[in-house]
Amino acid sequence: MSNIKKFLYVNRKAPYGTIYALESLEVVLIGAAFDQDVSLAFLDDGVFQLTKGQDTGAIGVKNFSPTFRALGDYDVTKLFVERESLEERGLSEGDLQEIVYEDEDDDWAEKPSIKIVSRAEMADIMSGQDVVLSF
Amino acid sequence: MSYQINGHTVEHDEEGYITTLSDWTKDLAEEIAKSENVDMTDEHWAVVNFLRDYYDEYQIAPAVRVLIKAIKKEMGPEKGNNKYMYELFPYGPAKQACKIAGLPKPTGCV
Amino acid sequence: MSTLHTVNKSPFTNGALLSCLKHCKPGDAVLLIEDGVYGALAGSSVAGAVSDSLEDVTLYVLGGDASARGLDDGKVLSGAKTVGYDGFVDLVVDHARTQAWL
Repeated sequence: MSNIKKFLYVNRKAPYGTIYALESLEVVLIGAAFDQDVSLAFLDDGVFQLTKGQDTGAIGVKNFSPTFRALGDYDVTKLFVERESLEERGLSEGDLQEIVYEDEDDDWAEKPSIKIVSRAEMADIMSGQDVVLSF
Repeated sequence: MSYQINGHTVEHDEEGYITTLSDWTKDLAEEIAKSENVDMTDEHWAVVNFLRDYYDEYQIAPAVRVLIKAIKKEMGPEKGNNKYMYELFPYGPAKQACKIAGLPKPTGCV
Repeated sequence: MSTLHTVNKSPFTNGALLSCLKHCKPGDAVLLIEDGVYGALAGSSVAGAVSDSLEDVTLYVLGGDASARGLDDGKVLSGAKTVGYDGFVDLVVDHARTQAWL
């Protein structure tokens, strides 16, 4: 359908120091009702949003890292994470939580939602969008 | 504003959603349902339990279409549809069932 | 079609400008606004990186924000172009998308 646009949500902030990350996730969940072609980009400190083992018990705010695993239910299945941003922070793919979606068109097979991409690939992804929303 | 249940007081907001999620009990769910004019059957409980499990795992109450898709997958198409859900919860499955389940109002629920 | 990038943070406290420049495609435009205008300072520690990117990217500075901060033309990198609010609107219209670097 021609009225489907490509939306990219760009996440560049760590999860709890500011409200950007949580706000982004809420906009993604609400925006999912509009059935658009949605991708999420994680670069710079945004890669910290997806790390394993977050426990906010002692700081009195909600741990929203499990919510990323619900995105597949909302047909949000493309999470691009920038390799250079991970490496600059001493992280690798193994430090990120596993996020999968069930592919309706492939007998509900579980497939990974996270795709690690290079900075050059990230630039291509950004330049291929109709709308870029930054957080 | 509060519900009174077994001698306890449970605070809720102006729309009836409880303010402290850990206050929830099955008895409280029955009480909230009563105030919503909903008679809790096994079918109602199946939805409420699903919502609580979903929240426990993902820290959000699912959107209606996500709820219906999941119920359809788990319990079949005769239950996983809008009509059935609205028969169980006439004021909206997400809004009303979440309230009974002791969850916050779903994200994106207008 | 190319992208208009906006940057509103000082490059001396925030990595937005450098990250933005690394993700630009040839033909893109970068518009510095608010504290982002400090990124156009000549002779600064980021001036080299900004100047290098001018080969592929056009750099704009929002004049009102620069003036407010005392950045006159003599203090700004020679390749940077100053625009007003009307020029900002033209840039948005002339690019396929606008991406904010916050």
